[in-house]
Amino acid sequence: MRLVAENLGGERGGETIFAGVNFALARQEALVITGRNGSGKSTLLRIVAGLLPAAQGMVRLEGGGEQHPTLASACHYLGHNHAMKATLTVVENLAFWSDFFGTRARDIDEALDMVGLPGIGHLPFGYLSAGQKRRAAIARFLVSYRPVWLLDEPTAALDTASAERFGAFMRAHLEDGGIIIAATHQPLGLDGAAQLRMDADA
Amino acid sequence: MLAIFIRDLRLSVRAGGGALIGVIFFLAVVATIPFGVGPDLNLLSRIGPAILWIGALLACLLGLDRLFQADREDGSLDLLVMESDRHMLALTILIKCLAHWTASVLPLAFTAPLLGLFMNMTPNAIGATTLTLLIGTPFMAFIGAAGAAVAVTLPRGGLLISVLVLPLTIPVLIFGVSASYAAVNDPAPFLPPFLILSALTLFSAVIGPAAAALALRHATD
Repeated sequence: MRLVAENLGGERGGETIFAGVNFALARQEALVITGRNGSGKSTLLRIVAGLLPAAQGMVRLEGGGEQHPTLASACHYLGHNHAMKATLTVVENLAFWSDFFGTRARDIDEALDMVGLPGIGHLPFGYLSAGQKRRAAIARFLVSYRPVWLLDEPTAALDTASAERFGAFMRAHLEDGGIIIAATHQPLGLDGAAQLRMDADA
Repeated sequence: MLAIFIRDLRLSVRAGGGALIGVIFFLAVVATIPFGVGPDLNLLSRIGPAILWIGALLACLLGLDRLFQADREDGSLDLLVMESDRHMLALTILIKCLAHWTASVLPLAFTAPLLGLFMNMTPNAIGATTLTLLIGTPFMAFIGAAGAAVAVTLPRGGLLISVLVLPLTIPVLIFGVSASYAAVNDPAPFLPPFLILSALTLFSAVIGPAAAALALRHATD
């Protein structure tokens, strides 16, 4: 399985914000995207996720097989929003995504334990603090399996211990044969990951 | 797919879901009519089916603006669109529409018999109106979904949805009301308008979600 981007360009509101981005990631490889605010990190991730059209070039998944015919179907995406309902409990939220995504990987209780939120599954998601919400959203990645993780500032609002724990999840996912693309301002603890600076030519 | 039905149903009955707003609005509209029209019982029973239908149509429009907007605001919509290879987006929308109909519109059909009494309608007319509402209102959910998808990026799209959707609902209103009248007034046949009403609903179940899926795909920026 390979994730390939060729001469990729993105625009927002008719204005080109980046162009000519190339990268190729095989299994067990990660790409860390850095750059100043507004340099197009989130736009790049949304183009890879298939949520925005590419202004030029293309991004594709090679060798996804029958299970992942397109790139979007192979991706977990963590954006600025958590895709969780404030009035449903944490367990109800995770159970929904686990059912909807299929490819069950772990029990919900086990995933909540792993992100350090044991015993709060019965609370409505809206009651959690910002960091707890982020951790519950990360638990979504753990309950169902997708080979490609797209992470938009995954450690924002996380404390140091949680960020380190999340780094361990990412390393385990890579060792398992996954692919990670992360946009971030903070070090993620991914040694040996490829780097992409979005404002290199600005 | 069942998962999304149950989730949407839960959301609309939990705090702030607003499943009952439509019923209360329906009640308010129909209960005010007799005060405006006056105590002419014959007139009330004659316009009763039409008033119930118009009230139900307007009440149907109330919850539509949140159908996709809530999912868009918390990022769920992105994931639903990304999953469209596994779960066809139009099918996901169809299920969402059914959940919306079950939670917010079905109660209207159950309130209709009570409100029919306010309008001095005969048991026959009440039964026919309730039946046509049951068959006809899914049309509102399906076509309303297309309107809601077009307006999903607008922060206050509720009014726009009403303006987009109401003209499209005129056919169901015509056939729903004429079927209800036909059940009471003898020479007019009940079955033809009723069958056309059913056909309109089935037709909208295909067109509405497909159109909404197309609109939502372009709303993910």
